[in-house]
Amino acid sequence: MSALLDIRNLSVALKGGPRLLRSVSLSVAAGEVRGLVGESGAGKSMIGKALLGILPRSVEVVEGQILLDGDDLLGLPPAERRRRIGQRAALIPQDPLTALNPAHRVGPQITDRLVDILGWPRARAEARALDLLAEVHIPDPGRVMKSYPHELSGGMRQRILIASAFAAEPALIVADEPTTALDVTVQKQILRLIAEMQARHHTALLFVTHDLGVVSKVCQTLSVLYAGKVVEETTVRDFFRAPGHPYSAALLAATPKYTDPDGSLTPVPEAVIAAVRAEVEAAETEWQHGRR
Amino acid sequence: MLFLQRLLWRLATTAVTLFGVAVIVFTVVRVVPGNPIAMMLPPGATDADVARLKALYGLDRSIPQQFLIWGWGVLHGDFGTSISLRQPVLGLVLGRLPATLELATMALVMAVLMGGAAALTATRHRGTRVEAGIDVTNGVALSIPDFLWGLLLIIIFGVLMPVFDISGRVSPDLKLPFTTQFYLVESILRLRFDITADLLGHMFMPALALAIPLAAIIGQVLKQSLKETMELDYVTLARTKGYGETRVILREALRNAILPTLTLVGVQFTFLIGGTVIVERLFSYEGLGNMAIDAVINRDLPLIQGIVLCFALIFTGVNLVVDLTYAALNPRLRHA
Repeated sequence: MSALLDIRNLSVALKGGPRLLRSVSLSVAAGEVRGLVGESGAGKSMIGKALLGILPRSVEVVEGQILLDGDDLLGLPPAERRRRIGQRAALIPQDPLTALNPAHRVGPQITDRLVDILGWPRARAEARALDLLAEVHIPDPGRVMKSYPHELSGGMRQRILIASAFAAEPALIVADEPTTALDVTVQKQILRLIAEMQARHHTALLFVTHDLGVVSKVCQTLSVLYAGKVVEETTVRDFFRAPGHPYSAALLAATPKYTDPDGSLTPVPEAVIAAVRAEVEAAETEWQHGRR
Repeated sequence: MLFLQRLLWRLATTAVTLFGVAVIVFTVVRVVPGNPIAMMLPPGATDADVARLKALYGLDRSIPQQFLIWGWGVLHGDFGTSISLRQPVLGLVLGRLPATLELATMALVMAVLMGGAAALTATRHRGTRVEAGIDVTNGVALSIPDFLWGLLLIIIFGVLMPVFDISGRVSPDLKLPFTTQFYLVESILRLRFDITADLLGHMFMPALALAIPLAAIIGQVLKQSLKETMELDYVTLARTKGYGETRVILREALRNAILPTLTLVGVQFTFLIGGTVIVERLFSYEGLGNMAIDAVINRDLPLIQGIVLCFALIFTGVNLVVDLTYAALNPRLRHA
């Protein structure tokens, strides 16, 4: 069975500069929830951005393929690529406070894709938006549709963004640290909500996070990134039982434990970092060699 | 309720502003050298003649006394009588005001269209030579003042390719069946498009001269805030929905990016109205600004005061409109 999303050998670099993603390969099957973990700057968000066609202007794809439903997105003409992404994929962004347009009401921000990209009649799109808002447990959806974002709380706005992401029944959703900007009590609810929505809609999820606790609750598989390279690809069960890569093991050991709130934090040992860095650099040299 | 309160507050501050302007203008025109009496009398007039005329126009009293008399008249709708034209100031000002308002509005419309188009194009093609070209054009447009643009336009469209009229507001041989001074508006309402065309032909160059520097400012500021807005999260999210770049700029970014530009346009529009003084003169356009220069040359004190007060009223009015528009465009301010 071919995967829903198949990223092959994807390299992304600063224009005329170093690589930020180094020949990344990963695949997501239909309905699969894959975690993308790594420390800040490991490139985990960059994968989602490359996939959704929202890389910063200073960055470009230098090699590789991103196959969605078997078609290489990077090979499509730009307009067709945007359409395809809009129809088949969606983003749950990191910061709900900045991800809704302050000048538009909430309703159109959910229905716009349905009407403009999928060509639904407005009434049908609005009915769908009302259903979705109810699904994400928003009381009085009719009123919320007519509200402006600044009139709603952060948690409410994240619920709206989740509803909006599921609106077009995409096959794949990228959740880019969707709980990082929220306070802890809300984080848990939102996490539960995403899991609930994912299960109901059987949507594949690429869950970008630095929080292994989140991974253990939501994901089935995960890819561990370090310095733009996938160092381990495994199932969540295997990972928490016996991480395959020393860096993964150290990362797991560094996770604070609620069972031992007073215990001191374990940093990733320097030797492990040196080893994984050497590994990445060796691969980099080999890659550059191969390109020459 | 809140709106009413705010409006009343604005009206109160407007009254204070106008009073301040009146005091300053009234004093300045009487303190600077040169007086209307000297302009009116033939050489060799006696001191007695001077004194008689001074008394006639009330200029023999102290400045505060004169101000009180004038101010009392203004409050009753009497702005005095023009010394050089010997007609009531109010009628003169109201007669010329529509011409200037039409010119300034036309210039503003042109500036917004040109500046807006430049900003949108530059944003759409940001980081390319197109943007660099627009930046350079804006720089040139901005560094040359409106009256020099006027001269340049006269050379191009008046002399080299004489397509537009260089002088006046309307061709003198046209019969105008109008009841107001808003010729342009009235010609359209009365469907006299022959007159509309003639008016536009006369208005085109002075309006363009006024519009060019303002268009450059609008273009530059709007482009800057558009580019910043284009980096924001909600714009990125809209891209993932399948919208193309142009659509994203117009739908997501423009409405938010336009706010800082709007404030600026309000301020710059008042400069534009100031600019009409010289530009109207240059094109012999029969507006308020042209009359202002005559009034100053003739030391026509009541007329100067009337015109300046009228300008001040326009400035405050424009600012009020800008504030209200701002609130309408920014939902976050609506309940504030």
